[in-house]
Amino acid sequence: MIVVKNLTKSFGTQYALRGIHLEIQEGTFLSIFGPNGAGKTTFIRILSTLSRPSTGEILIDGKKLQDHAESFRQRIGVIGHSTFLYDELTAYENLQFYARLYSIPDAKARIHQALEEVGLKARADDFVRTFSRGMQQRLSIARAMLHQPDILLLDEPFTGLDQHASFMLMHWLKELKNEKRTILLVTHDLTHGLELAEHVAIFVRGKVAYFEHTDHFDESEFQNHYHKVVAAGGAA
Amino acid sequence: MNYLGKILAIAYKDLLHEYRSRETITTMMIFSFLVVVIFNFTFDPGSSYALEAAPGIIWVAFTFSGMLGLNRSFIYEIDKGCFHGLLLSPVDRGAIYLGKMIGNIIFMTIVELLTLPLFIVLFNLQFSNYLLQLLVIIVLATIGFAAVGTLFSAIAVNTKAREIMLPILLFPVVVPVILSAVNATGSLLRSDDWSQVFAWIRILLAFDVIFVAICYATFEYVVEE
Repeated sequence: MIVVKNLTKSFGTQYALRGIHLEIQEGTFLSIFGPNGAGKTTFIRILSTLSRPSTGEILIDGKKLQDHAESFRQRIGVIGHSTFLYDELTAYENLQFYARLYSIPDAKARIHQALEEVGLKARADDFVRTFSRGMQQRLSIARAMLHQPDILLLDEPFTGLDQHASFMLMHWLKELKNEKRTILLVTHDLTHGLELAEHVAIFVRGKVAYFEHTDHFDESEFQNHYHKVVAAGGAA
Repeated sequence: MNYLGKILAIAYKDLLHEYRSRETITTMMIFSFLVVVIFNFTFDPGSSYALEAAPGIIWVAFTFSGMLGLNRSFIYEIDKGCFHGLLLSPVDRGAIYLGKMIGNIIFMTIVELLTLPLFIVLFNLQFSNYLLQLLVIIVLATIGFAAVGTLFSAIAVNTKAREIMLPILLFPVVVPVILSAVNATGSLLRSDDWSQVFAWIRILLAFDVIFVAICYATFEYVVEE
């Protein structure tokens, strides 16, 4: 379970997060929506230990994230619009590098399994620079899932993908959801986000303006509600 | 994989990337060769002026080509967010620093070892009796230069004017390394007493130990927002 208490983050005098409170149960799929500058990416960066909060704390299974950052990184997988892949290395070499960093036992078998899962086994020895954006994103999924994390953080993973690649990504995300991992998806895409989510949150101006289980609202009305919440600056 | 294994994995990845792209070493080598060749035009080979200026010239070539290499060290990591990939992995930040530093030391040493024969031939220098001592000076100076340079490269890569930011940050700090290396090389060329050379080598050694430790300890705070 992830508990976020009064999380703030400021850059100089600018506040990106202004007191986030959230409780995310284990195995939940949470989609986070919000306009640009709402603090969604900053929130994901803090959760992934890339950034330190200015105040507040995050507890994962009762332990403070900042105090156990290195061990929590072993449990976290991140997929963003950047792939974190090296162009001059092959698909296999990229995964092999990350397997070494994550101390994955029997890495060779795990890498082949991960490549097979994302449909890239035949391209294992090809350089990443020869891959299309969709293939790179699939390899990025394999990279993020290599150490089989129980928490998955996704920051705009659909950015730059064509329809087929988006469909493939949705397929993988549904599979991951069925495996009961805790997944946080940050996206502008309401359709994709709603299709996957069990909970939704709307961030506005660095605050959680809306947090609800998808069973508790009419999805067809959500778009209108989203615009109202954003227009009201989180007061709706 | 243990701590050392992760450091070596990062260094190996840098070497493999460079082996494939050949971007960094080629750029460094061309620059280093050009410096030596252009300075060679300005002096009569074997003249007393050339002998006096030679230690400075070779270290100008080494430091500026090293700067080019250090500048590139983190640029390709930033390109596709790979540096975030490193920071997200369960690896101590200090291990990332050491892995990158080892990669930089290897790149710089390769360029220096390739430049040295050209330098010796063009300037008609007699280093044959002191080659081992010269290599010790080169390795120690390179470690000190790369130790500070790797840290500052990580800082500079996130700035707009990163190409100019790195030299501005780096040169004031590595003055003791450059001074010691130039003076030690000059002492070797003049066949000075070994104790005079060793005095400079001791400064290089002390600099390496102190700055590798400081940079290792501070890298975490440099890369975290």
